Amino acid sequence: MKRDVFQALADPTRRAILILIAAQAMTPNALAENFNSSRQAVSKHIKILTECQLVKQEQSGREIYYHFNPKKMKEVADWLEPFRQMWEDRFSKLDKVLLTLKNKK
Amino acid sequence: MANQIKITAEKDKQEVFITREFDYPRELVFKAHADPDLLIQWLGPDSRIIKIEKYDSRTGGSYRYFVCNQAGKPVAAFNGVIHEVTFPERIMQTFEFEGLPERGHVSLDTMLFEELPGNRTKLIIHSVFRSIEDKEGMMQSGVESGVNEGYVKLDNLLAKGI
Repeated sequence: MKRDVFQALADPTRRAILILIAAQAMTPNALAENFNSSRQAVSKHIKILTECQLVKQEQSGREIYYHFNPKKMKEVADWLEPFRQMWEDRFSKLDKVLLTLKNKK
Repeated sequence: MANQIKITAEKDKQEVFITREFDYPRELVFKAHADPDLLIQWLGPDSRIIKIEKYDSRTGGSYRYFVCNQAGKPVAAFNGVIHEVTFPERIMQTFEFEGLPERGHVSLDTMLFEELPGNRTKLIIHSVFRSIEDKEGMMQSGVESGVNEGYVKLDNLLAKGI
C-alpha cells in the first residue's frame, strides 16, 4: 500500500527521523544508532518516508545517505495554511476585542 | 511578536487541537467566548457579518447564528447545543454547519481556558469529529472562507477602479 505524506508524519519515530536528517544527511547505520528499535524497524520507517518523498536517498561512494526533502514538507504546510490563516485572523480580531474590554474596566 | 497558533491535526485521527496564548486575563478571554455581543466582533472573516438568532450561553443552552455578506444576506448557518459553561475555565458545545447535504455531521468542541503567569491565558480548542472525512471537510471549509475572503478583497480593489 502506498502511503501519503500525512500517514508518514503521523508516526513519532518517523518524525524523529526527519528531525535528525533535516539537520544533516545520514547513513542508515548512523541513523539507526539514534534509536532503540532494530535496524530493520528503522529501515521500514525510512522506506515509508522515501515512498512519500519526504526522504531522498543519495549514493556517495559506497555509502547511502538519507536526505530530507523540504519541498515535500512545504506541501503539507501549504495544505494547512488557509485553515491556520482563518484562525490567525480570528484570534487577531479577538485580541482587539480583549484590548477594548480591558481598557473599559 | 504576536502569539503563535499551534494546530495539531493528525491525518488518521478524528480530532483537531488549536492552541493559542493571549496577553489578557482568563476571565476576559472566557467572556469574549461566552458573550454573544463580543463573539460577533471576532468570529467571522472581515468580509462577513455575524447575525445571532439565539445564543443562550449556559449549561444546557443552545445557539444558532448566520454568517452574512455585506448586504446582510445569510450565506451560511451554524448551530449547536451547549453542554457545559463553567466560568472561567471550560466551555463544551456541539457545532454543526447547516449547509451540508445531510444532517448529523456534528463535532464536539471543548474550549479550555488555562491561567498563565503574568495575567495571561492559554486557550486550547479540542474538536472531535464523527469521522476523518468530517474533520477534513471542516478544515477544507476554512480553505474556502479564506478563498472567499481573497475574492472579496479583490472585488474591493476592482470597485476602487485600479
